[in-house]
Amino acid sequence: MKTLHLFAGATMLAAAFTLSGCGGSGDEPVSVAPKAEAAQVSQMDAKSGAKQPGSATTRMHPVTGEPLSAEQVLVRGNGSEPGSIDPQLVDDSVGGAVVNDLFEGLTSSGADGQLMPGVAESWSASEDFKTWTFKLRHNAKWSDGEPVTANDFVYSWRRAVNPEVGSNYAYYMEVAGVANSTAIVNGEKPITELGVKALDDYTLQVSLEVPVTYLPIMVSHYTTYPSPQRAVEKYKGDWTKPGNIVSNGAYKLKEWSVGEKMVAVRNEHYWGNANTIINEVVYLPIDDTVAEMQRFEAGEMHHTNTVPVSQMERIKQDMNDELISVPKLATYMYQFNLQEKPFDDVRVRKALSYAIDRDIIVKYITKGGQTPAYSITPPEVNGFHYVAPEISKMTQAERDAEAVRLLNEAGYNKDNPLVFDLVYNTSEGHKSIAVAISQMWKEKLGAIVTPTNMEWKTFLTEKAAGNFKVARYGWNGDYNEASTFLTLMLSNSGNNDGKWSNAEFDKLLADARNSTDPAPFYEKAEQILSEEMPVAPIYFYRGLRMVSPQLGGYATNNPLDIAYAKDMYIKAQ
Amino acid sequence: MLSFIIRRLLVAIPTLLILVTISFTLMHAAPGGPFTNERKVPEAVMKNIEAKYHLDQPLWKQYLYYLGDLVQGDLGPSFKYKDHTVNELISSSFPRSAYIGVLSFVIVVLLGVGIGVVAALNHNRWPDYAGMTFAMSGVMLPNFVLAPLCVMIFAVYLKWLPAGGWEGGRIEYLILPIVAMATSYVAQVARITRGSMIETLNSTFIQRARAKGLPRTHIILRHALKPAMIPVISYLGPAFVGIVTGSVVVDKVFSTGGIGQHFVNGAINRDYSLILGVTILVGALTIFFNALVDILYTVLDPRIRY
Repeated sequence: MKTLHLFAGATMLAAAFTLSGCGGSGDEPVSVAPKAEAAQVSQMDAKSGAKQPGSATTRMHPVTGEPLSAEQVLVRGNGSEPGSIDPQLVDDSVGGAVVNDLFEGLTSSGADGQLMPGVAESWSASEDFKTWTFKLRHNAKWSDGEPVTANDFVYSWRRAVNPEVGSNYAYYMEVAGVANSTAIVNGEKPITELGVKALDDYTLQVSLEVPVTYLPIMVSHYTTYPSPQRAVEKYKGDWTKPGNIVSNGAYKLKEWSVGEKMVAVRNEHYWGNANTIINEVVYLPIDDTVAEMQRFEAGEMHHTNTVPVSQMERIKQDMNDELISVPKLATYMYQFNLQEKPFDDVRVRKALSYAIDRDIIVKYITKGGQTPAYSITPPEVNGFHYVAPEISKMTQAERDAEAVRLLNEAGYNKDNPLVFDLVYNTSEGHKSIAVAISQMWKEKLGAIVTPTNMEWKTFLTEKAAGNFKVARYGWNGDYNEASTFLTLMLSNSGNNDGKWSNAEFDKLLADARNSTDPAPFYEKAEQILSEEMPVAPIYFYRGLRMVSPQLGGYATNNPLDIAYAKDMYIKAQ
Repeated sequence: MLSFIIRRLLVAIPTLLILVTISFTLMHAAPGGPFTNERKVPEAVMKNIEAKYHLDQPLWKQYLYYLGDLVQGDLGPSFKYKDHTVNELISSSFPRSAYIGVLSFVIVVLLGVGIGVVAALNHNRWPDYAGMTFAMSGVMLPNFVLAPLCVMIFAVYLKWLPAGGWEGGRIEYLILPIVAMATSYVAQVARITRGSMIETLNSTFIQRARAKGLPRTHIILRHALKPAMIPVISYLGPAFVGIVTGSVVVDKVFSTGGIGQHFVNGAINRDYSLILGVTILVGALTIFFNALVDILYTVLDPRIRY
């Protein structure tokens, strides 16, 4: 067994390791409040009841000491109607947000993105990081009172790769390198061959094909959450309906009204129930950002899912305290199609990328605290040693001069202009950016660029078919590790629509995959991207939210944009 | 009359079949599919997913599968909302839209016809101008402007009404959706009623009734109103279908959970079975209410017979 401090940059893992005994010391976040105080809360809960307005003894938050509202009903803006809340079938962030409250994985993500124990209390890896052993807590229970065991994870992990289940995220198990996952997805091996084993009820052993030092981070993702075998087999496709669903997280689903709301209530059997303050969680699927903002302003919700950019000025002026900007592991880019001339010429790609004034884009168009991007991988990604590329150190004037020089060298100038369409999927935000950037290209490089919008699925289909020259591209990291970004650019990646191919880059990522210290490989790979510029990174996203001052415990610094309801509380007015 | 009804029902079946066939073809002709995503999954995974939903089969086979299920009343699983079937989605959302719709419709008829008649009787006097000013603004103000405007005034500033939700259809949650739903229809109906009423009042049989010295209210209610209603009824039949099958705007702005959301989301997500489901529903309702309108004509105008 190797101790975890061996790999640099993984301080989060180390932090989690010290926590793994659970309980934690006083300076830990809300969810691991000292036991004595937590017990006190639950006692008061029992005595005064959840709803007793004007009760003589106002409850206090056990850690912060803030007075708590008698009614602990949290209303969350959740963007749109989830496609599913089956942990192995969820494939959108809105479904993920609900699943994160209803279920709990082996590990979870802390307020600042630090690794926290979940159902697993501790974990350890073999010398070569190919075998991981997770020790499960004995007090973890399903909402029907049954214990959560290692077999529940074996069942759900097999489900994730089971061809019959048809999970969109089956590849997640492949990314994690779980033994035989690819063969099972391809239908070549039975699901029982998957590299996950219950050594006993509370010990889960995972065998990997490659060393994955960051596996504990990966198992905080919903695809790896447990599923209740008895409910799934009994109710089949209906198992996630209220009344049928059994979950192991802090909440259980009570009501699901498509297009209106979902309601979850406290799971009394949850092991951390005593520390949970919110009694009921309501999720509102409002995809119209203006309508969502209005619901928020009418005082009908505690936080929104997003903020209408068109109202940013007004919001900053009137409600700046309620506007929060959460870091997000996501990059906004323009992708060049290498199959189309002249984008096979690195000088053209570089010239176009250099001529983009990213500061203007984030300052005047996106306006939500986004940061200019000069790499695909966001600098704050875990285990990634960010080295500022050359382009980021230049002034915009220097970049512009370099862009003109490169484009001239490639044979394009104001007399022989570069002419192409810039495609993006229909959205006001993408449009403003496309218009601004094509204007920059026109002014600085004399390029004649036509911004062209396409309906979402048409856009995806055309892009996948290679029918584009330059296209908008966005990527949201699946887990907090650089490979979720860098693997996009592999020659054989299905997401590499621009068909850029670089043997050295592929080799670096393959080596990173087989290494227990991948950071240097990532650093070199990112350097190649910055020299080759197969995509022009533009900015790193931020998660924008309105958060009511009444809501406490909202995680505003989680890079995966995860905020668990169990960590929140409603303050007294 | 009975043979008329039977004939209409028999025509309805091939009409619906054509509707399904055209929708099915158009839908599959649209670029992309339900599982086209920005995050592309490995081919093997995609194959598994497509196999699960029969999307790997030739199109004609998928069509036959669909018809086979349809005959048994099964509209299939939703491709996007994987935890629900289309039957579930429609049966939970349609009653809500129909509830808002029927209430809106009552208001449309009472208010629209009322304003129209009053305007016609006061032709070129102030009630006429007032009624028509309202009608024009109602027609011109689209509900995607009106709905957020109402929310801003009544929910955000005055805080008299909730900004959205359904909550079992409690009255305070219904008021704004009904206003958003009904306003433009009220305006249309008022305009049509007024025009038709003015025309009827100028016709010879009304003049004759006046010459006979019949009381004014008697002429209006017994003789003028009925024939004046024919163009209104022609408008209201299809309008009723439009009203009860909900509105995208109402569902999006007020999160009522009605069926209107599924029209747009179904198309955006290429949720084949959901698009077909709502198309069939609207198609069937349209056919039914058009037939009903035809029957109503015979009641209103004795010259019409089938």
